[in-house]
Amino acid sequence: MAEIRLEGVAHSYDGGKTYALNPITMTWKDGKAYALLGPSGCGKTTLLNIISGLLKPSEGKVFIDGKDVTDVITDDRNIAQVFQFPVLYDTMSVRKNLEFPLKNRKVPRAKIAERVNEIAALLGIEADLDRRPSKLRSDLQQIVSLGRGLVREDVSAILFDEPLTVIDQNFKWTLRNRLKRLHLATGVTVVYVTHDQTEALTFADEVLVMNEGSLVQAGTSESLFLEPKHEFVGYFIGSPGMNFLDVEANSSVLTHNGKPIGKAAKAGLNGRHRFGVRPEFLIPSNKSGLEFKVDRIEDRGVFKLIHLSKDDFQFIAKTEEDYEAKVGGKVNFSFDPKRAFVYDINQRAVSTVSPSGQGGN
Amino acid sequence: MDSKKKNNKAWFLVLPVVFVVAFTAIIPLMAVANYSLQDIQGASNRLFVGLDFFKRVATDPNIQDAFVRNLNLSIQILFIQIPLGIFLARLMPRSGWKASAALVVMAIPLIIPWNVVGTTWRIFTRGDIGLGGVLVNQFFDYNLSEDTTDAWVTILVMDTWHWTPLVTLLVYAGLRSIPQAYYQAAAIDGASPMAVFRFVELPKLKRVLMIALLLRFMDSFMMYTEPFVVTGGGPGSSTQTLSILLTTIAIGQFDLGVAGAFSLMYFLFIQIFSFIFFTVLTLDERPGATKVTPKDKKAAKQEKQPNKVSSKLKKVQK
Ligand SMILES: Nc1ncnc2c1ncn2[C@@H]1O[C@H](COP(=O)(O)OP(=O)(O)OP(=O)(O)O)[C@@H](O)[C@H]1O
Ligand SMILES: [Mg+2]
Repeated sequence: MAEIRLEGVAHSYDGGKTYALNPITMTWKDGKAYALLGPSGCGKTTLLNIISGLLKPSEGKVFIDGKDVTDVITDDRNIAQVFQFPVLYDTMSVRKNLEFPLKNRKVPRAKIAERVNEIAALLGIEADLDRRPSKLRSDLQQIVSLGRGLVREDVSAILFDEPLTVIDQNFKWTLRNRLKRLHLATGVTVVYVTHDQTEALTFADEVLVMNEGSLVQAGTSESLFLEPKHEFVGYFIGSPGMNFLDVEANSSVLTHNGKPIGKAAKAGLNGRHRFGVRPEFLIPSNKSGLEFKVDRIEDRGVFKLIHLSKDDFQFIAKTEEDYEAKVGGKVNFSFDPKRAFVYDINQRAVSTVSPSGQGGN
Repeated sequence: MDSKKKNNKAWFLVLPVVFVVAFTAIIPLMAVANYSLQDIQGASNRLFVGLDFFKRVATDPNIQDAFVRNLNLSIQILFIQIPLGIFLARLMPRSGWKASAALVVMAIPLIIPWNVVGTTWRIFTRGDIGLGGVLVNQFFDYNLSEDTTDAWVTILVMDTWHWTPLVTLLVYAGLRSIPQAYYQAAAIDGASPMAVFRFVELPKLKRVLMIALLLRFMDSFMMYTEPFVVTGGGPGSSTQTLSILLTTIAIGQFDLGVAGAFSLMYFLFIQIFSFIFFTVLTLDERPGATKVTPKDKKAAKQEKQPNKVSSKLKKVQK
């Protein structure tokens, strides 16, 4: 069990031409469950490999419990990692595969047997223990691979790199819950990589959203939803994602094509910005707010998605199931002043936005 | 499962190859068979002798000795070159210009014609002017034309120099194709370098090693040029390989009946030995009674590789 700290850690695979990982400084607190969420190729695996020592960062330092381990090899870092694709030792049975990390660390025989049986039971692979991994279905192979990551008891942290991607939906759910329970029972620090937001949001205490090699926002699933500090978080988290609109700021008054959209809470904003509001926070109103044309209504049972358009842009609003509107008709929507944001050219949120004065446009 | 009717017409496409092989391999082989079954003294003077020549070959003490000697040589060669080849391959740089340089250096012995290798070594090992011969003579008495051990060791060393690179290159290619993830997993699991070799590399090298083993066995069992140039098979018959003996019988003594029978038996032995070898080594990869899952299908696809190799081997045997 340990606290892991990254200081200015960055990595380039091509000697500095491009960076797969931009400088990151952060602390992974002892005993917490973290989810690393981001699209394909954003550097999640790279970050994990740096933590486990498989990869030496081209810049920055890694600390475990305050000790600089940047140059310490994987074996001495005592971190378990489960890979994105099943990696198994073909010549060993499933049991031998699970025993391998313990044998290498000279754990007593009796203890090994006990541990292997525990993990096999947890993952539901007792019946397959004496089979060759190559004879198993690929989802079972991944589970065995997962088991090898879990079998060590005294690890500082366990890193899961999309461990459940190839596993079918129902069992995925069961397994995720078991992993979560295991985490709660052992209190080991867990980093869980995924590009599935529900998986991230349900598993972790804290979710870290990555994009293009940068950590764009870290926080609870709630805060990522309610206060996306970066356009990417607005877009990536939530379904459907945030509505965005290019706006021009003039002393914090935001306009699109000269028509007022709202007013930023922060004073003195000028120049090009983007306005963003989640579909959940576009609120039907009578006369106030913006007037839209209704393009389409999607009835999703417990809620409705209203596809709106106005001049040259489209928004989607998520409303209660009892909201009624005519397709092709005009409706007014306003937005929650605490839940609408304006982003600068670096895609960072700079302020909340309140709707323009009553009856505006 | 496969509901589509099979169209076997594609076999016709193989016909040209069959035709070519008939002329390059089967007909010459039949000529040899012809000689092995008949005592042919002239165009019109022939006598069918059945398996007589085969019996003579099987009971000839010189041929028996040469057989044991050559088998012994091949086994020693395998025991030296396979481990050495693996060892060298693991030392080779993985990427960059160093890897290219190492590959070129490794490949040099392989592209030298056999008799040039023989001549080079013949000069190299001379006690009076050869660099190697003079050097070794500083430490102990070395004379390959008189001492049978010296001659034997020289042949072993020369062949090792000439052919270990083949093993190295094959193993190197095999090592390169192991996904990085396996090494990463081994590092996470705390595997020692020995365990990495034993449980990650060796299993993945199995196919490549089988090819190396077969090629090296066949080549060394058919070795002719280099020992012929360096030692001429001597002193006595201490380095006489089966091929050297066969040539002596066929061309030196012009004993074509025995030579024909000898050739056929030689050919068959290598063929059968390689087949048994291949079968035993791939035993656990044969599609078993287990149900076919997508994963197994993938494995089945991989199994096609050795088949390709075996046909290549057949070509080599000619
Ligand atoms: N060994 C490598 N050599 C060169 N470039 C690499 C290497 N590994 C990854 N990259 C590049 O670095 C970037 C980040 O890759 P990484 O594997 O960390 O992404 P990821 O977030 O794990 O993606 P995925 O969800 O697809 O697994 C990608 O652009 C990738 O092409
Ligand atoms: Mg990845």
